[in-house]
Amino acid sequence: MVPVFKAKEDKIMKKIINHPSQVVDEMLKGMLYAHSDFLEGIDETRVIIEKDKQPTVGLVSGGGSGHEPAHAGFVGEGMLRAAVLGEMFTSPTPDQILEAIKASDTGHGVLLIVKNYTGDVMNFDMAKEMAEMEDIQVASVLVDDDIAVEDSTYTAGKRGVAGTVLVHKILGHFAHEGMALNDLKSLGDALVTDIHTLGVALSGATVPEVGKPGFHLGESEMEYGVGIHGEPGYRRDTLKPSREIAKELTGKLMSEIMTKKTKKIGLLVNGLGATPLQELYVFYNDVIEELAKYDVEIVFNKIGDFMTSIDMTGLSLTVIRLDDDKRTVALEAPVGVLNW
Amino acid sequence: MELTGDKAKAWLLNFEAKIQEHKAYLSDLDQAIGDGDHGSNMARGTEAVKVNLEKIAEPETAEVLKQAAMALISKVGGASGPLYGSAFMQMAKTAKETTDIHELIEAGLEGIKHRGKADVGDKTMVDTWAPVVEALAKDALTNEAITQAVDATKPLKAKKGRASYVGERSIGALDPGAVSSGYLFTALVEEVLQ
Repeated sequence: MVPVFKAKEDKIMKKIINHPSQVVDEMLKGMLYAHSDFLEGIDETRVIIEKDKQPTVGLVSGGGSGHEPAHAGFVGEGMLRAAVLGEMFTSPTPDQILEAIKASDTGHGVLLIVKNYTGDVMNFDMAKEMAEMEDIQVASVLVDDDIAVEDSTYTAGKRGVAGTVLVHKILGHFAHEGMALNDLKSLGDALVTDIHTLGVALSGATVPEVGKPGFHLGESEMEYGVGIHGEPGYRRDTLKPSREIAKELTGKLMSEIMTKKTKKIGLLVNGLGATPLQELYVFYNDVIEELAKYDVEIVFNKIGDFMTSIDMTGLSLTVIRLDDDKRTVALEAPVGVLNW
Repeated sequence: MELTGDKAKAWLLNFEAKIQEHKAYLSDLDQAIGDGDHGSNMARGTEAVKVNLEKIAEPETAEVLKQAAMALISKVGGASGPLYGSAFMQMAKTAKETTDIHELIEAGLEGIKHRGKADVGDKTMVDTWAPVVEALAKDALTNEAITQAVDATKPLKAKKGRASYVGERSIGALDPGAVSSGYLFTALVEEVLQ
């Protein structure tokens, strides 16, 4: 077979794949070949789980594929116990999530970390109901850090995006330390109110089976406030210098985080899949200079690709409130995962 | 009117054919206000329904509906999987009591509303299901009535699901879930009601 795929509109989608419908399974197999020292799969599922399970609460997360390294790259000691991979940009199904829950439970219960997207919420809810019928203790924390979307009765609520990875890390640390399920749930519910994210895109993501970008931006256009599946954002504009993008994102995020008396923060600059690391650092430089206007101390940072959108060009900025030093300790603690 | 096991099977196989035929169209509709995968997700799910149903030699209504539910829940994913799955699960439960089509579809609608917490006017599949249930109550479900219900989602502003993020921009676009539900009921008219 010729390794190019005719997309609609007769444009050629260039991807190093074999067939669009095989991408998720082949990626999963590749990951397991590469990292069988500490990761394993569960037969007949798309679940990746850590081999060595400590007798603690198991954290299970997941979502559509296309966000790599999320979520499988965060499975391992001190973070997630298991990740469930859905089809591209499509929530995994309840039966798969149930298998992950069953395999993750060591008798201490399972905490689901769910991004606030309608599909994810419904599928994880159904799986939770199924697990409870099998007498497994399950609680869930819903992450909705994307402030581009208004939380109102007229929308499905704020979306869960890159900030989710910080939730994995912090709760993963406390679970590893032996914290009980209910306490993890309370901690998580409070934590998600202190994490805010905004993203920008310069081009849309191409889902292999669709064959064309999810949205189209003109040569000199960008979009503010995109979600991690290429959902439209809050404004389309002409491409701006990094400094101006940093100013806008930082301003909106800081006005959100300063509604509480915040003195210490952490930053996550996340590439959306096709953004060079050098640009992430150019942007980080601008964010730091912008933050000089605020009376806050930056006590933690991460720069890189953590929650991507296949091949989208763009980035997101996450600000987390770290006045409670325990959160910083949790973020800094060593972990045995692939991509933290 | 009764939904016999044979009719239920014929109905869902017809639905599968319609979804496969309009797969690209459904994804295009979804691209406009969602994430562009409704066609491929539903195609994968209904194909699994077909595989499950073809194994049943002597179809019985509740079993047919349950097999459809299991296939949709485990193969569709996204939001449509739990919604269609919950609909067929409720229908399967109700079919143990009655096989009256109106009562079955009404139970399906309740399943969708419960799972998705959506109501009429939110620009979702509920906007197809609710008028269909009303028409069935009067024994008056026709293809025209279905088309009218589906088309009526066009001027609505989405309040649930991923389309709600588009806000005002969802006005003027058909809801993909309402359209795929339209195929479900056109198949019902063709196989059962006519």
